[in-house]
Amino acid sequence: MRARVLIRPKAGILDPQGQTVERALPALGFQGVSNVHVGRLVELDVEDPSRLAEMCEQLLANPLIEDYEIVTAL
Amino acid sequence: MKFGVVRFPGTCDEVDAQLAAARVGDAEILWHRDRDLRGVDAVVIPGGFSYGDHLRVGAVARFSPVMESVAAFAAEGGPVLGICNGFQILCEAGMLPGALLPNTNLRFSMRQVVLEVVSDRSDWTRGCAVGGRLSIPAKHTTGRFYAPDATLDQLEADGHVALRYVEDSLANGSVRSIAGVTNAAGNVLGLMPHPEHAVDALTGSADGLKLFESVALAVA
Repeated sequence: MRARVLIRPKAGILDPQGQTVERALPALGFQGVSNVHVGRLVELDVEDPSRLAEMCEQLLANPLIEDYEIVTAL
Repeated sequence: MKFGVVRFPGTCDEVDAQLAAARVGDAEILWHRDRDLRGVDAVVIPGGFSYGDHLRVGAVARFSPVMESVAAFAAEGGPVLGICNGFQILCEAGMLPGALLPNTNLRFSMRQVVLEVVSDRSDWTRGCAVGGRLSIPAKHTTGRFYAPDATLDQLEADGHVALRYVEDSLANGSVRSIAGVTNAAGNVLGLMPHPEHAVDALTGSADGLKLFESVALAVA
């Protein structure tokens, strides 16, 4: 099964990448953009998608600093 | 005493770490695929870019075979020092609290920093005077120490914050200016700046040697 894991910085932790993008967009003329966060995307084929959460906890994300979201309905 | 310095693919500071340790005792390189720690008395996980920093800094190195042995060594009270990438690896391995995030300014920062010794309760700072200052170089992109407030309060209350940046000597954005933390037992220390690059007055400072000398006191 094809799966996608979205990993993003936890709310409340300073996200300088998001801030940089948020400042860059208006400089290019794109107004009205706020709350930008930059994360990571992992796509993978898995035989047993029920194990994806374990994979996230142990390797794909660091739960102390990142939230993850597993998407299997692609 | 004998130091073991771990080399992962992508490690780059192991030679300086070995040379620094060799001023205090014997020192040899441990290859990351080797589970045998060869009877060393202390382990140094040096800086660099293990596994190319893929996924997250330190995330992959912690699965190297040697890390199982290092974790067992630390659990028995063996002194372990993680420098820079080594600090990141120890955090990822759960051997130290917290995590390292990209510097607030997203830039590689390299400069001599001044650290204050906050606690001498770790094996690696016991020879340092609390309140004393160490001049040591720092060089990293991912050095913003982070832990939740409750964890930080506990670390401070228990004396597990070992080293702090003095004033704003390094603008990496670390919470509460924390430069180095220990585990609960005090035998594992992680810090972002590089004591192994400051062991000779000819290169600006020999303050880094104090950490290596401290651990010699600890294992004596």
